[in-house]
Amino acid sequence: MVSEASQQPLAARTGYRPSVTGIVGLSLVLLLLVWLGINFYKTPSDFIQIFLIGFTLGALYALIALGYTLVYGILELINFAHGDVFMLGSMMAVTVVGTSLFDLHQGQAWYVLWPLVLVALLICMAFCGGLNVTVELIAYRRLRHAPRLAPLITAIGASFILQNVGLAWKGPNYVQTASVLPRGNVFSTHGVEYTWEKLIVLIVTTPVLLLLVWLVQRTRQGKAMRAVAQDTDAAAMMGINVNRTISFTFLIAGALAGVAGLLYALYAGSVRFDQGFQLGLIAFTAAVFGGIGNLPGAVLGAVLIGLIQAFNEGLSWHAPGSDWTQSIVFTLLILILVFRPEGLLGERTPEGG
Amino acid sequence: MASVARSDIDTAGLQSRGLRMGIGGVLLLLAVAAEHGFSGLGGLSSIYFLLVMAIIYVPPWESVPYVGRYARAGIAIIIAFTYPFFWDKLFTVPIFGEFPSVSTGVVMLVFIMMAVGLNIVVGYAGLLDLGYVAFYAIGAYVAAWFASVQFAHVNVHFGAVGVGQNVPGFHISIWLLLIAAGFLTSMVGVVIGLPTLRLRGDYLAIVTLGFGEILPQIARNSDNFFGTGFNLTNGPNGITPIDAPGFFGVNYLTGSGTFWTSERLFYWTGLLLLLFTIFCSVRLRDSRLGRAWIAIREDETAAAAMGVPLMRTKTWAYASGAFFGGIAGAYYASFKSATFPGDFFFNISVFILCMVILGGMGNIWGVIFGGAFLAYLDQEGLADSGSWISTHLHLNFNVPEYESGIFGVILLVVMLFRPEGLIPSTRRAAEFHEGGEYAEEYLYDVQHEGN
Repeated sequence: MVSEASQQPLAARTGYRPSVTGIVGLSLVLLLLVWLGINFYKTPSDFIQIFLIGFTLGALYALIALGYTLVYGILELINFAHGDVFMLGSMMAVTVVGTSLFDLHQGQAWYVLWPLVLVALLICMAFCGGLNVTVELIAYRRLRHAPRLAPLITAIGASFILQNVGLAWKGPNYVQTASVLPRGNVFSTHGVEYTWEKLIVLIVTTPVLLLLVWLVQRTRQGKAMRAVAQDTDAAAMMGINVNRTISFTFLIAGALAGVAGLLYALYAGSVRFDQGFQLGLIAFTAAVFGGIGNLPGAVLGAVLIGLIQAFNEGLSWHAPGSDWTQSIVFTLLILILVFRPEGLLGERTPEGG
Repeated sequence: MASVARSDIDTAGLQSRGLRMGIGGVLLLLAVAAEHGFSGLGGLSSIYFLLVMAIIYVPPWESVPYVGRYARAGIAIIIAFTYPFFWDKLFTVPIFGEFPSVSTGVVMLVFIMMAVGLNIVVGYAGLLDLGYVAFYAIGAYVAAWFASVQFAHVNVHFGAVGVGQNVPGFHISIWLLLIAAGFLTSMVGVVIGLPTLRLRGDYLAIVTLGFGEILPQIARNSDNFFGTGFNLTNGPNGITPIDAPGFFGVNYLTGSGTFWTSERLFYWTGLLLLLFTIFCSVRLRDSRLGRAWIAIREDETAAAAMGVPLMRTKTWAYASGAFFGGIAGAYYASFKSATFPGDFFFNISVFILCMVILGGMGNIWGVIFGGAFLAYLDQEGLADSGSWISTHLHLNFNVPEYESGIFGVILLVVMLFRPEGLIPSTRRAAEFHEGGEYAEEYLYDVQHEGN
């Protein structure tokens, strides 16, 4: 599906002469579609069920992927520590939701439950936002004019440190989240069940994404962010406080990771100190897939990656299974970076990505 | 002049005579002080230690004609070779305890080899490789496949020492497998490099990270190779035992007598392999290819304009780095007599990268120091210092559990405060501090203090 997209601009320039990578890519996409079609034909209700799971996962990944893409857009830095900020956010969520002060439990009245969940959400957002700003302040700010690889290396260092903070906080084992969300199905027809948890993920994610779009497109601060992303020096000359804008971007990215952390803790039911690395890389792949630096691209990429993961793990007919999820995601990442580094929605840059 | 340019000791600032005399004086004073009472330092052995340090460091060896250039390296090699005879007679270091044992020494040598290999990619050519563990894994699996009972339906013996003729499986001599692992790994390096080396630095880092995650997963899942039922890697249980090397009928696993013990044999062989690696690395650095690597690292566009073929040069860097990773992996697998997919995590890649960065990217002596120190920490140092902390400070703090966090702190602190590493190469240091005074004015305000 990667090369299908890259086919079009290539073909436009060379007068529809098919390239080898284009043909290979197209046939791979066709094979994938045939595989999906056969699976749908064999077990239609499972297929739709898995589609819904994948879509929910994709919404979660989108929140994390947006954090990567926002930071990359403004600093051209892969913020390795972002996945671990998300992990600490989910640990914060476990702590807040489980606290006896809130007294959250299964079957609570909605007018008690939802305000408290909202408070927990705000706490997680503030926590992760602050954490992300601190990471930027300590690990990246001094290196803004250093060789490109220097901040990447400190990012890895910061990621490892945060991971160990999580380890020290909650220990090496899975931590269970208190189950507070309503159980049961929203609807159930023809063997397809749509549970409340999945709906809640979407109910929370959608307004957050809309808010982000509004923030970046419509506010003064968003305009400053876009200006700094385009040209830091020129933005500084126009009187934009570059440092503050960058800190603000990290704050937003961290807050999104906080939302993702809370939703993940409630949806998956358990968290562990090393989840951030893996989910972070999956979300990063999603951001690259959609075109890094491109906000709608990150959401699109995340939904596609969520679907790929769910189909791979859930379908019964010739699916590689969860043992291979990571390999599939990384293979996809490598293919995108090699054949279409600008992603699905990105624009081609002179440096080639 | 030529001897200065080609001098292997490429350290900045440590060459002035006054400084050297001063350090020598301090060492001698310490030695005298140790004789008169510092019994905690272990009596006589600490005096010998300080004296040897003084002999290496103080005299202006490089002004001795002909042999002077090699004097320090020669003394260091002699000390390294004789280490198994005196390691247990040395003093104990405060907090860290005893000097590393010989078997720890073998692990240290293997990791230094990998660090020197990675240094070719990261230090010389300036390409960040976050998946070096993949090369280590390939080397280890080459040794595991061709020197174990993994493929029990065949019975191929060639040069393996100490393995009965009726034992099934491939049993090829480890010496041949080391070479084979090196070449196979560098071929994989080329295959990985050809499509990806066009990418910009940070994307390249991500792609290598991807390969470093995919290969171990294939190893973990290939007890049923892509659903064919063929057991390629024995899955998460790994392949064990793996044959030990041997020559003249002496198998390394059993050794021979009280002198040629198993760990001494592994140690000396590892040391020879490391010396070979260092030799190749130094010669490569000074070659036409090495100068092309450094040119690419400093400015890719300028190097291309001067006629350096970018792709070919970078691919060579990848292949050479991978070569030594493969040899080290195969040797380590043979030493441990086992290969598990769980050994090949991202942590190991960062661990080796940390050695290169701590010691000083691009400077082989720095990398050797960084590799030795961190591998020692990994094997003994963290556990020893952890038990010291828990007995003396009464903290219930399991230090080895937080190993990766400690490496994270090292990466962060070194990159922030001394990006050229502890023992920098003059040239690399200049790159990191490029434009200290004559930098262009930045239009907005970033804290620059300390840089």
